[in-house]
Amino acid sequence: MYPEDLRYSTEHEWARLEGDRVRVGITKFAADRLSDIVFVELPPVGTEVEFMKPFGVVESVKAVSDLYAPVSGKVVEVNEALKDHPEVLNQDPYGAGWLVVIEPADPSELQKLLGRDEYLKLIEEA
Amino acid sequence: MGEPKRTPLFETHRALGARMVEFAGWSMPLQYTSIVEEHRAVRTSAGLFDVSHMGEVEFTGPSAFETVQRLITNDLARLRPGRALYTPMCTEEGGIVDDLIVYMVEETRFLAVVNAATTDGDYSWMKDHALPGTTVVNRSEEISLLALQGPKSLAVLQELCDAEISALPRFGLLPSCRVAGYPVMVARTGYTGEDGFEIFCSPDDAPVIWGALLEVGWHAGVRPAGLGARDTLRLEAGYLLYGQDMDRTTTPLEAGLGWTVKFEKGEFIGRAALLAQQQEGLKRRLVGMVTLERAIPRTGYRVLKDGSPIGHVTSGSYAPTLDKNIAMGYVPSDMTEPGTSLAIEIRGRAVPAEVVKLPFYKRSA
Repeated sequence: MYPEDLRYSTEHEWARLEGDRVRVGITKFAADRLSDIVFVELPPVGTEVEFMKPFGVVESVKAVSDLYAPVSGKVVEVNEALKDHPEVLNQDPYGAGWLVVIEPADPSELQKLLGRDEYLKLIEEA
Repeated sequence: MGEPKRTPLFETHRALGARMVEFAGWSMPLQYTSIVEEHRAVRTSAGLFDVSHMGEVEFTGPSAFETVQRLITNDLARLRPGRALYTPMCTEEGGIVDDLIVYMVEETRFLAVVNAATTDGDYSWMKDHALPGTTVVNRSEEISLLALQGPKSLAVLQELCDAEISALPRFGLLPSCRVAGYPVMVARTGYTGEDGFEIFCSPDDAPVIWGALLEVGWHAGVRPAGLGARDTLRLEAGYLLYGQDMDRTTTPLEAGLGWTVKFEKGEFIGRAALLAQQQEGLKRRLVGMVTLERAIPRTGYRVLKDGSPIGHVTSGSYAPTLDKNIAMGYVPSDMTEPGTSLAIEIRGRAVPAEVVKLPFYKRSA
């Protein structure tokens, strides 16, 4: 449910270092909490995003939630498939439900995020 | 405010894995699995809702008819025992105190089902405006209410009901029958846009009746449904939600409920003000809107015409049956024609929208 190789934000995004890039998504916890995701608004490729600042929006039937960048840098890939199939976010949040790939300005920023165990503690308390 | 109140089905909801939320001072199930799944269950099979948070006020006595007739805008004279109607209840100024369903149980006995958040206020209002010879009693604590809604609701309920319910018309009422062996009152009413029934029972019996309905209906696709689906279903069906789409600052005429205002019936609270408003013409009206891009309008978002704000969204959602994003809101009277181009401000952006006819969804007969 919460892969060990990921870093987690307190706003329930995950970040996975893939070479010199970082793939970003939302956690299973967030996907379950939102449930019924019907729309995802993501920035175009080339957008500069800032650590823990909103970079997009996910809308479920019930609510709208901001997406926070778990790392500063430039968006180099956007999951276009989510436009037509936002429900993938609910079904496969760590796989097909990824959101964007970021070229980080400073990969060491990832150390500021939570490890799996810390994240599990956070959502237990939630 | 203290702890939210619990319906007799609180433990049942928890056992079903419901996500509970506070609504109008009550702890209620938002969803059991998914709003969209529960919504679809109601449109294709049936959904079972706990609506025990809603209030029930009873009017009895020789002047009960006159009392209720004066309180509501619709015409009680259209009823006979075993029939119900939907109606606003207004202030002298024509503002809406609440919207209710009034059931005529007997010639001198009426039951009004009112919104949870307004139950106490309604009860005071009703008592204050009761004529001599009418006893007004708040029965909310003694009555639990289940709603079985959807195309399969008739077949499922009939399996458990000792009375013939297929002959019951829409807004018809069986004041006394049994479901799963327990004494209940059954009405063919609901808030989803589907055929459906509401079952009034004793709080002690509610969990067993609930369980029996789910057990009998499960293989046919009947599922428990929460407040989330109730909201998307009612919005698709164009039903207004009190406190959101209407309140004391809006009149039934503005809210598109003119069909429930019967001036010809004689005196009722708010009549003069509503008549004056009708004669002067309405400045604004509630309309349905659809966004033309994939962004969801929500309560409070601004409605724009040529860049200028002209109103607000009162209710908005993704509509699962229609796969569209829909909204209701008040706009100036000259912008209510279906097809009128408007915009809804969503996260700082004017998203194109269009006025559409209500309801958004109508079931095929």
